[in-house]
This record gives sequence, C-alpha cells and structure tokens, in this order.
Amino acid sequence: MNDVFAVSAAPHIKQRISVSSVMWQVVLALTPALLVGIFFFGIQSLFLTLYAVIAAVTTEALIQKFRKVPITISDGSAVVTGILIAFNINSSSPWWLPVIGAVFAIAIGKQIFGGLGFNIFNPALLGRAFMVASWPTLTTAGWKATTPMSNLFQSSINGLRNLPSNVPDVITSATPLGVVKALRDTTQISSDMANTVMDNLTSMNTLQDLFWGNIGGVIGEVSAAALLIGAAFLAWKHIIEWRIPISYIGTVFILIYMFGGINGMFSASILLPIFHILSGGLILGAFFMATDMVTSPVTKRGRLIFGMGCGIITVVIRLIGGYPEGVSYSILFMNMVVPLIDRYTVPKPFGQIKRV
Amino acid sequence: MGLKTFPGGIHPHDNKSFSKDKKIETMPLPEKIVIPLSQHIGAPSKPIVKVGDEVLAGQRIAEAGGFVSIPMHSSISGKVTKLDKFRHPTGTLVQGIEITSDGEDKWIELIDDSNYMELISKDMKDRIADAGICGMGGAGFPTHVKLSPPKGKTIDTIILNGVECEPYLTADYRIMLEQAEDIISGLKILMKIVDAKNGVVGIEANKPDAIKLFKTMLKNDKNIKVVGLHLKYPQGAEKQLIYAATKRKVPNKGGLPMDVNVVVQNVGTAIAVYEAVRYKKPLIERVITVSGKIVKNPKNIKARIGTFYSDLLEFCGGTTEDIGKIISGGPMMGFAIPSLETPMTKGSSGLILFDKKEAHKEKEDVCLRCGRCVDVCPLNLVPSLIAHHVRNDDWDSAEKFGVMDCMKCGSCAYVCPSHIKLIQWIDIGKIKVNEKRTNNT
Ligand code: SF4
Ligand code: SF4
Repeated sequence: MNDVFAVSAAPHIKQRISVSSVMWQVVLALTPALLVGIFFFGIQSLFLTLYAVIAAVTTEALIQKFRKVPITISDGSAVVTGILIAFNINSSSPWWLPVIGAVFAIAIGKQIFGGLGFNIFNPALLGRAFMVASWPTLTTAGWKATTPMSNLFQSSINGLRNLPSNVPDVITSATPLGVVKALRDTTQISSDMANTVMDNLTSMNTLQDLFWGNIGGVIGEVSAAALLIGAAFLAWKHIIEWRIPISYIGTVFILIYMFGGINGMFSASILLPIFHILSGGLILGAFFMATDMVTSPVTKRGRLIFGMGCGIITVVIRLIGGYPEGVSYSILFMNMVVPLIDRYTVPKPFGQIKRV
Repeated sequence: MGLKTFPGGIHPHDNKSFSKDKKIETMPLPEKIVIPLSQHIGAPSKPIVKVGDEVLAGQRIAEAGGFVSIPMHSSISGKVTKLDKFRHPTGTLVQGIEITSDGEDKWIELIDDSNYMELISKDMKDRIADAGICGMGGAGFPTHVKLSPPKGKTIDTIILNGVECEPYLTADYRIMLEQAEDIISGLKILMKIVDAKNGVVGIEANKPDAIKLFKTMLKNDKNIKVVGLHLKYPQGAEKQLIYAATKRKVPNKGGLPMDVNVVVQNVGTAIAVYEAVRYKKPLIERVITVSGKIVKNPKNIKARIGTFYSDLLEFCGGTTEDIGKIISGGPMMGFAIPSLETPMTKGSSGLILFDKKEAHKEKEDVCLRCGRCVDVCPLNLVPSLIAHHVRNDDWDSAEKFGVMDCMKCGSCAYVCPSHIKLIQWIDIGKIKVNEKRTNNT
C-alpha cells in the first residue's frame, strides 16, 4: 500500500453546505416573489430582473478579472444582488436603471471592499440608495398601482384628491405609506377625514390586499405572502435565523402601535402596525436584506440589537423623517455599526465564572 | 421520555447502522503488539523490561511515570522484541514496547474477590491505579486521579457516559447491551470510592434498547438514575453531559467536573474498573468499532491493547475500495493518521475508513460572517473570531476570546459554508498561547 492517505484536522465529516449552495438557495427563495411580481406587473418585471442580474454578474466577473483574483460568479452572490436590485424598482422603470443600480452595487458596494465577505454595506441596498438619490422621480414617483386595486384604498385616495390644491404632493407619491405619511404631515386635512382615510387604510380588506399582493409597489415588495414563503424556506434551511427579522419587525410593531396614530400616543388601531409591516419594503428588508450574512452581526445578541436598531430607525424615518419608506436607510445605517455591535456582544463562554 | 440536552450542537448523520447490530467479536491473538508508553494524559510510563524478556499477558512492563500517569501491561504473552518509537493513534511518534507473541496466551494469575464491595476506598483505588486504567472515551485521563479530589472538594454524583455521540461508533452501545451488569457493578464501585450518593447513566435517545435495559436493571436502585438524552452532537462531551444530566455548569478557563461535585466516567471504563477491583485484571483489552462504507464487514471487536489497526482491518475482511483516509477515533474528533501500522491504545474507540471521495477536502473560502459557527458552539464561543485572530497572529485576542476553552468538538467547522478550517486555526492558537504562557513563567 503506497497510497498517500489524507491527513487533515478534524472533523472528518462535514455538512453539505457551501457558499454557492447558500446563495442559490436564496435565489430560489426569492423566486415566488418574482413570480408574483411578473403576475401583477407583467413580463416587463422579468426583463428588468434579468438586466439587473446580467449587469451584476458581468460587473463582478470584469472586476475580478481586472484585479487578477479568481472569478467567483458561479457562487450566485452577484445573482442575489441583481435580483434584489430589480426588486427595489418598479416595473415601469427604463431598462438602464437596474443596470446602473447593479453595476454600482457590485463595483462600489462589494468589490471595492475586496469582494464577498469584506463588504460593509449590503450591496443591493447601496445600489438602491444610489438609484433613489440619482433619479428620485423615476424610483419614487412612478409607483404603479395594480388592478384591481382595493376599492377602499382607491376611495381613500379619491377622498384625498378632493382636498384643497394646497395639499399638492399626496397623490404623486401615493404609495399606501405615502398616504399615511401625508395624513400625519398635512394640517389642512380635517381630522374627521384623516381618521376616515386611516380607518380605510387599516381595514381588513386593505391589509389582505397588501398581504397577497393586490396592491401596488415595486417589483419585489408586492406580495408579503410570496416573500414569507421564501423566508420560511430559508429559515427551514437554517440560512436565515429568526433573531434579525423578528426583532426588526417586532420593534416596528411596538413603536408604530405606540406612536403611529394621528391622534397622539396609543391612538393607533392595532391594525396600523400591521399595515406598516405589510407595506413598503419591510418584509423584503427584514427577511432578505437585513439578514445578509456578510453585513449583519455574527453574535446572537448582536443580531437582536441589529434588528431592533433597524426597527427604530425605520419608524423614526417613517413617522418623523422626510421619506414615507425608511427600510433601506435604516439597514444601511445599521450595517455601518455592525463591527461595533459584534465587538460588544461577544457572548459569555459556557460556564463563565461570575465575578463578584 | 423526557429527554435532556444542552444548548448549541449539530445533527450529523450517525452512520451507526454499519455496525450497531454486530455482536462483539473477540479478535484472535495478534502475532505482534506495541504498547505505546503515552496512552493517557500525564507523564509517560517508564519501561521496566528490556529486549529479550519473556512476559505474560497482564504482566506489568512499565511503571507509572508519576501520580498523574498509569502503568502499562503486556496484553499478550511472548517476548519483548523492541523498545523504540512507534506511530501513535494521534498521528505522532512515541516511545513504545513491541512484544512478539508466543501464541500461548499465558496470563498472570488473577483473583476472584467476591467480597470486593467490602474493600475500603483506598484499596479499590489502588487496584484501579495498578490496573493502569485511564478514561476509555478518548481523552485518557488516569482514572484514579479523577477519583482523588483535592481536600475540600466532595463528589456527590458519578455520571457514566454512555452517550457515544460520535457518528459510526457503536462499541459503547454494544457493551451496554452485552455487559450491562459489569457496567453497573463498576458504577457502584466508583460511587463507593468517592462516597457519591448519586449515580447517573446518560444514554443518547438513539439507543432506546440500552435505555430500557438499564432502566429495568436499575429499577431497585433508587439512587441511580438513567437519563435519556437528545440525539445531538456533542452530547457526550463532559461539560455538556453534566449540564444535561444535572443542570450544573462546569466553570470555563480550566474548570473541572469536580468543581461541580461530579465525576464522569465512560461506560467502558466502568467495566475496566469492575474487573480491576474484583479480579485485579489490568486493562489490556477493550472493544473497538471498525467501520466505514468501504469496510467489508464492519465490526465491534474485543481486541488486545496494542493490536495494529492493520490486523483489525484484516479481521474485518479489508476494504472494498481504495482507502482515502484512516481515522483513529470518531469522525468528528478523531485523528487522521498516515498509516494502518499503528497500534490501538486504551483510548481507541474506533477505526473508521473513508474512500477517496469521502476524504476529499474542500478548499477554504472567505468567511461569510454568517454566524452559523456561533449558533452551534456548545461553549458559546465565537469560532470565526478566534480563527480570525489566530490568522493574524494575535494570540492575546485569541486567548481573550476563549481559544483555550474550546474543546475541539468540531461542530463549528462542520456547519461552516466556507469550509474554514476552524479546528486547525484553533489548534494553532492553542499551541501558540501555551508557548506564550510557558515563556512568561
Ligand atoms: S469553537 Fe470549539 S467548542 Fe465551539 S464548536 Fe468549535 S470546536 Fe466546538
Ligand atoms: S460558519 Fe464559517 S463562514 Fe460562517 S461565520 Fe463561521 S467561520 Fe465564517
């Protein structure tokens, strides 16, 4: 027997998991939401997604070639970024928008830091922030309602349409969250009317529509149900862990319930937090972006703090800040403090002797 | 059944079906054996024979090298043919005594002391020390030392470890089914020695027949509990077992089970203890599992200490395919060794053979910071962080984040998607921190 036997450190068996298997499972988990997006917004959504993916993968390959490092596009991480970029735009965007977003996400969001594992910010979110900052009208104004849209929601908006003309911008950004924000910020609306509209928005019908996807939004955010199916799959595969999404959403729930009402503290119906959770990018953000492995804390307590931080900032932006949304900025901000969080949340080892 | 467990851990495929229903077979006498002089934790034993000496099976051939050490005995009768360095199951080369068999298996005289339970604690302990017994679960700590707590420390509970959470291994399972009585006798001796009021037998849930058997046999012993444990790796790790069975946490930074008034012994060790105290029989044979997909007839073999792995494998009919990796011990914590010409020791619980494909090692990717290693670490460490500091030669930080606490269970490396060789990094860290500590004193 002249064989050379493999001699390596234990363990000698290993779970069958790799970077690429993780990433491709994330792609799989995003598919239901994409399909719903195509269903509601048309085949255009698929094309936009493909443009983003191709742009992301090509950018990654080119930069890696230029940097003379191994080309790792088959690991699927650029594909994930591409899909998430497309999920953050609406289906009437021009073809070049997701392309530019994806190129920016990969080049500036990821490769500049040294590639996968070294980036500080979630690349897709950085790409989205870039798109929003550079083409604000394209990304926010073009919010597209799906048909059939909830009657109640429609009538709420109609109600607002009849407002005096010095309340101008309510309709142009008439995402459900935009309407809620307008209600809080505008003094010209009579409180009766505001209350009625609020009630309509938080009615079971609207919430159901938000959940199943019967209401407008960007491609990937349209159906909370589809996103949750994907998230459940990832949780089952132990690829995402409950701490970040649950603490994020839980924090939003509590804070909105406390401060979200238009008539002072605790004036909100219990349905208002649910409305907030289901609309906008919160589900997508909490389950698919905040949980990004590279840019979230490794410690368990750190993940809780991270989720709570995202929740607090999101609510602050939504209630007091200048945007109706707030998910992406809050995650980006929390990305920045991850090293700090990790540093101060290293757990006590098992059996740590208590110091008296 | 009210199963108990610990936080963290993993669920590898247990692969025990290869050998779990195979009755223990006694291996025919080997022609040659080698008794390594370091089979245990502590000082190496000192040889008291020279080349050419005739020895009997069970005859002492090396003295304990100190209190934390054990004597060694020949496991066959024959002639001492070499004193040299031999390969050890941990992969290193250590001093050993080679004995060539005379084929007759002549034993030293054993006794049968049926009143052994009347012995005083010290006599029992002496017989255990004389028999050269050390922990047979792998670590190999001298048993009489574990049973000698320093003044002021009392032991109230003896836990027998029948968990055998390493995949593939079934030797402990078989002895629990086939030698339950001896194990229980051993447990009672251990309890008497340290005056422990309680006994616990911890068995993992994948061995329901063993749990049932012990429960029936112990139904009249109110002070001995049989605890069923969740199927989870590393359930058999000392601290994890103690926590699951008693909810006591052994302190980190070098804390010992006796700090929480517990002594843990492996079920195999209990048998050796019983045989030593009753028959004055030295520890010269044990049961070992030989298994793997490519092993023709996987078996649980009762073999003499010092038998070569090559002989064991031959007894199992060899392999069906080319060997890619030889593992001494279990696949999670065992050692990959370069040659089958390695003798089994008192701590050898298994010999596992992998084919080339199973031996294949993925290359290391960058850390994704996914935190999976953190989620599974039963000791609450942050393995990725330790590895990171070791990589950057930052021994102080590695020490601060608990590199010395790590028990090398391998759970972290098992789940890492980036195939980071966490245990290898941790190993380097442990060595460097030790060097640093000795240099400082
Ligand atoms: S760090 Fe050590 S104790 Fe923790 S899982 Fe890894 S090997 Fe086990
Ligand atoms: S499991 Fe591996 S990739 Fe994930 S954090 Fe730990 S070391 Fe890094």
